[in-house]
Order: sequence, then C-alpha cells, then structure tokens
Amino acid sequence: MKLLQTVGLAAGWRRPVHRPLSFSLARGEILALAGPNGAGKSTVLAALAGGGARIFAGEIRLAPGARTGFQTQHAPPVAGVPLSGAELLALTGARPDGLPDWSMACLHRRLDKLSGGQRQYLALWSILQAPADLLLLDEPGNHLDRAGAASLPSALRARAGQGAGIVLVSHDTALAQACCDRMLQVEPCDD
Amino acid sequence: MTDFLPQLALFWRPALTGALLALLLPCLGLYLRMRQEYWAALAYGQVGAAGALGALTLGVPPIAGGLAASLVVAGMKHPLEKHLPSTGIFPLLFILGWSASLLLTANLPGVERLGAALFEGQLYFAGVEMLVGAALALAACGIFLWRTGPLLLLVRLHPAHFRAQRLPAWAAGAGFDLLVAASLALAVMSLGVMGAFALIFVPPWLAFAIAPSWRAALAIAPALALFAYTLAFALALIHDQPFGPVLALAQGVLAPAGAAIAAAWHGGAKKA
Repeated sequence: MKLLQTVGLAAGWRRPVHRPLSFSLARGEILALAGPNGAGKSTVLAALAGGGARIFAGEIRLAPGARTGFQTQHAPPVAGVPLSGAELLALTGARPDGLPDWSMACLHRRLDKLSGGQRQYLALWSILQAPADLLLLDEPGNHLDRAGAASLPSALRARAGQGAGIVLVSHDTALAQACCDRMLQVEPCDD
Repeated sequence: MTDFLPQLALFWRPALTGALLALLLPCLGLYLRMRQEYWAALAYGQVGAAGALGALTLGVPPIAGGLAASLVVAGMKHPLEKHLPSTGIFPLLFILGWSASLLLTANLPGVERLGAALFEGQLYFAGVEMLVGAALALAACGIFLWRTGPLLLLVRLHPAHFRAQRLPAWAAGAGFDLLVAASLALAVMSLGVMGAFALIFVPPWLAFAIAPSWRAALAIAPALALFAYTLAFALALIHDQPFGPVLALAQGVLAPAGAAIAAAWHGGAKKA
C-alpha cells in the first residue's frame, strides 16, 4: 500500500481554494507541490496533516499507523525562551546524528542567541528528523543562511533514504529540482 | 535573632509548607510564562480567594471553596476563549475575583479576618492539612510536568506538528490549567494572593533571562524562589510582619539582583 493517497481532494478554510487533487506518495519519495501564490499549496499540506484545513471533497488515505510530521512557515517563538537547540530536537524526538558540523556546534546554546539561519536550520531539523513516516514541509528553505540552504537537499534526500515520504512546498525551483522525485501543480479554483 | 530558632521550631509546619510551595510555584510559572499566561496566576489566585470567602459564609471549609472556584474557572477557560479575545480572559477573571473578594469581605460578617489573611498571607497559621496539600500538589505537579512538560513546550513551539502527531491535547490544555488552578488556590490560602503571584512570576522571569537551557531554568527558578522565601520567612518572623508582603518584597529585591546577574552573564558570554 502507498504511504499516502489522495483522491479528488479539495481543501480550504471557508471554501475550496484549489482544484481537486489526486496523487499518491510512496515511502522514500519526495513530492513537490508547485503553483502560484494563493493556489492553495499550504492549504493542501494543512489538510494532509489533519485537524487543519477543511476537506470539502475527496479523501485522504494514509497508511495505517503512519505518523506525520508537519513544518509550517511559522518559526518557533523562542525569543527570550531559555531553550537550547538540543532541547528543541529532544521535544520532537529528532536525533542530532547527521547535522552539519556548523549546526552541531550550536546544539547546546540558547536558540535565541543563535543567528536566524542557524536557528531556522535546527527548527527544520527538529521536524525533519522527528519520528514520522510522512513529512509535510512548507517552504523548508525559508530563512536559511547559505550553509543551511546548501545542506538542505542532501538532508532531505537522506531522510527519504531512511524511508520517509516527503511532501514539500517551495518557491525555490532549484531546491525542488535538486531533491524532488516528482512535482505536482496545484491550481487555484476559478471563482 | 536569638528568638528565631525557637520560633522556627514552633513554626516548622508553616515553614515546610511554604518551602514546598516555593519549589512548586516557580516550576508552574516557567510553563505559564512560556504560554504567555502569567495573568492566569493572578486570576486563579484571586478567584480562589473569592471562593474561599464564599465558602466560609456557607459554612464550607474555605480551602474547599477556593479549590472549587479556581477549578471551575480553569474549566471555563476554553469555552470562554471561543467567545472572548483570549488575551483578556485572565485579566477579566482577576478583576471579577478581586471585586467578589472585596464585596464579600465588606458585606458579610465573619469573613473580614479570612479576607485580610488571604491578602496578607497567613502562612504562620498553616496547619497539617495545608502541609499535606502542598506536598500532594508538589508531587502531582512533579509527576505531571515530568510526563507532559515536553508536550507543553512542543504545543507552543511546533503547534502544527503537535496536532499532526495526534498528541494528547488535553494534557497540554485542560490538564495543565486544572493543575495550576488547584495549586494557586492552595498557595493563596497560606501565602496570600500577591505572595503566591510573586513566587510564580518573579523567579521564572529571572530564569528566562539567565538560564542557558530549559533544564537549567527548571533548577534556577525554584532555587531563587526558595532563597527569597527563606529570607522572607525569617524577616517576617523576626520582625513580626505579615508574611505575604514581605515575601513579595523579597522577590522584588531579588529582581534587580537577578537582572544584574543576567547582565553580567550575557556580558561574559559576549566576551567569550
């Protein structure tokens, strides 16, 4: 059985925001959702995560027992909070193994004392390496510094290599081309 | 000072009760601060005081009334959030609790003493039931936070991931609210409204500024609170002062000292 399958999925908040989508995702596969701003890409992720966007039509089938990890575009609010990078990873159950050296060196410092790029990479890692079969990543390249952006494609491929299925939304076509197996166009509703 | 040790021997139960609360409240305060809900401490405390006064007029033990009122308010929090802006709920409850407390005290005979005690703090009159209550509250909170503390942080830092993982939302919501409400109601009966609020607010505030990690904050906040509490207990006993205001004052003195330590800490960290 596929890890994830959608049939005629139409999701939104007050009304459907995108045309019906049908696709499937296998373990170890990375799928990019593409489309113009406002097409509903983030809404699709929220619907796949469950408990977020409303499903107006179609259905979502997730393999029994599969766990989902979900990274949104909102950075964790850590300003003024005494939380280290290692503690953030521990909260989601993410392992630090495989972190780049420059990021590993930040693990035991307070997150609000790190640069924005360092902090964002650890926040992304905390979801990417969380115990999950399906990972939903909304603009994972946002706010990364140059080193983080360079490390991201290999980190995504490594995670897929561990058996996770990944659905990501990204405006960064270079990232999508570097690591995604397929790309799916999300089209907005006409009205 | 020569009288202090004999007095301490006499007041060992209140001393131990307060010490247990001084360990408990800052730990809860850390999570309240994380959730930006420190107004909850004032609201639960003040409503608990009103409940205790109301219970006394009905012939019910005040501690039962305080606990019941605080728990009812904690249970109402989520329904109220659907109809009112969430940032205003706790300040509103605090105002209502304050109003009810003062009106009860002003208009009903026999509750003035309790009313004054709830505002001043009546730690020295804490009996064995308060000591047992504080010990049970500390044990319950310790177990709860050990098990669900990470969830409380996760729901704040990665709320969408928390929902996607189907983690138990009750623990990070109603479970924590009820625990804080019960603890505050208990604390107010012995430390007074502002004394309890000072313990739940000031040490976590300082720990947030100076702790290098959450784990360190969980050690620093109770340590600071215990230090200020011990100082206040001794001063109030030696100088025969109401305990609540002295405790609040000790926390207030602690604040600039803590801020200076934080500034030195960050200065040292920058130089390093």
